[in-house]
Amino acid sequence: MTGTVTPDNTKIEITNLKKQFGSNIVLRDINVKVDAGSVVALIGPSGSGKSTLLRCMNLLVIPNGGRIRIGHHTFVFDDGSKMPRAKDQAHFRSNTGMVFQHFNLFPHKTVLQNVMEGPLVVKRMPKAQAAQLARTLLGKVGLADKADTYPDRLSGGQKQRVAIARALAMEPEVMLFDEATSALDPELVAEVLGVMRDLAAEGMTMIIVTHEMAFAREVADKVIFLRDGVIVEEGPARELIDNPKQEATRAFLSHFHTRND
Amino acid sequence: MYTWDFNILWSYRWLFLNGTLMTIAITAGVIILGLLLGLLAGLMQLSRNPILRWISWAYIEIFRCTPLLVQLLWFYYALPVLTGVELSAMTAAVMTLSLYGGSFYAEVIRGGVIAIDPGQSEAGLALGMTPAKVMKRIVLPQAIKQMIPPLMNQSIIQFKNTSLVSVLAVPDLLYQGQVITMDTFRPLEVYTVIAVIYFVVLVPLTAIVKRSEKKLQRSH
Ligand SMILES: Nc1ncnc2c1ncn2[C@@H]1O[C@H](COP(=O)(O)OP(=O)(O)OP(=O)(O)O)[C@@H](O)[C@H]1O
Ligand SMILES: [Mg+2]
Repeated sequence: MTGTVTPDNTKIEITNLKKQFGSNIVLRDINVKVDAGSVVALIGPSGSGKSTLLRCMNLLVIPNGGRIRIGHHTFVFDDGSKMPRAKDQAHFRSNTGMVFQHFNLFPHKTVLQNVMEGPLVVKRMPKAQAAQLARTLLGKVGLADKADTYPDRLSGGQKQRVAIARALAMEPEVMLFDEATSALDPELVAEVLGVMRDLAAEGMTMIIVTHEMAFAREVADKVIFLRDGVIVEEGPARELIDNPKQEATRAFLSHFHTRND
Repeated sequence: MYTWDFNILWSYRWLFLNGTLMTIAITAGVIILGLLLGLLAGLMQLSRNPILRWISWAYIEIFRCTPLLVQLLWFYYALPVLTGVELSAMTAAVMTLSLYGGSFYAEVIRGGVIAIDPGQSEAGLALGMTPAKVMKRIVLPQAIKQMIPPLMNQSIIQFKNTSLVSVLAVPDLLYQGQVITMDTFRPLEVYTVIAVIYFVVLVPLTAIVKRSEKKLQRSH
């Protein structure tokens, strides 16, 4: 189901979203609005449903109810509903970029081929043009010299930067990051956060699931605290992280360094 | 003490060659057809559609769990009774061997595919690729690396299995051997030569399998 109305400046609109796996209710009734060009950090304890919510946004997980609009594309889910057609799902996904905790680069393809894959296969872009786009993006994430390398020769930080370039190659309206730095050695975290910071500064609409509270506080416009599939608290990043209103939020944040000093 | 006499077989050399070529041709045919069937059945096993899964499961189990010789006889003698469709011995032989091989290939292919990290499919889907494209461009190229050694082993077994088609009077190497034996009354020499021919063809093939196994492990 695809609508065409974009009433205001919201890029993402999630309404009454529900998801359960068997009898395990993971998302209860989620409502989120994300302005175009803004950055939202999704935080919460393990198992709270952060990844599930993120994966619902690109249909890697199909919700049991609710509505998701990203840009001009809308999907409505009702319980026991038939799955959206594979083609429609694929089209919806091509408009969102996703970056995974474990990079998931294609090991049988070079760095350049990894980045070219989306434009080449999904957009049927001519090879030369896709290669040029890929080289530009690799330059942007500081890896122009690695184009012909295979992923197994890269450090974790380099892999994640390639993964970001690969997602950007589809020129998505929205970028989703699921713990993009959690699998990295501490000394490699900064280079990936740097790329994400640049993206945010360029006006990319981003949703980031993260445990890097200092980064969230600095880069995000809004923070959403999720627990047991419910949004407990949301608000401007600094305000929420420095002065959480809910006891649960405060308890959760007490486990983290929230500032970079 | 038995006196070996291989000289007498020299005049039958073209028959041996004929049989060998026939055996190789049948093997090539049943490997290609079997791989296609195996790919189809293996992917059906992974389908979200339960009917497709059930059909491929039934096919795989039937052909894996009955003897090949029985299958050959059934397709040649029983199927025509059941359906009224007569199959030539060659058709029945190639069909049965392909179906039999396909059932083993299917398990190898299914196993190879599920061994690939699901994160690979997710990354492909997240780019906006359709599931079919993801299978073709992301999953299968990686899975094939692990599948090739067992597929080659299964194919070597298929080469030897072709000897069973002689029961349907398909003129393969073993069948020609039987013909020569009846002519010469020299079974010992004939079957020794036949064993040597199988051996001489297969030893280099198994060496190639071993080599490619090592090479694949190092490649991208
Ligand atoms: N594919 C699935 N099948 C069944 N249950 C699942 C599946 N994916 C997630 N769950 C369950 O959903 C709940 C929420 O998981 P989710 O991965 O969204 O949490 P999370 O907030 O991302 O946690 P973490 O910080 O550990 O990544 C968990 O109870 C998990 O076991
Ligand atoms: Mg998670």
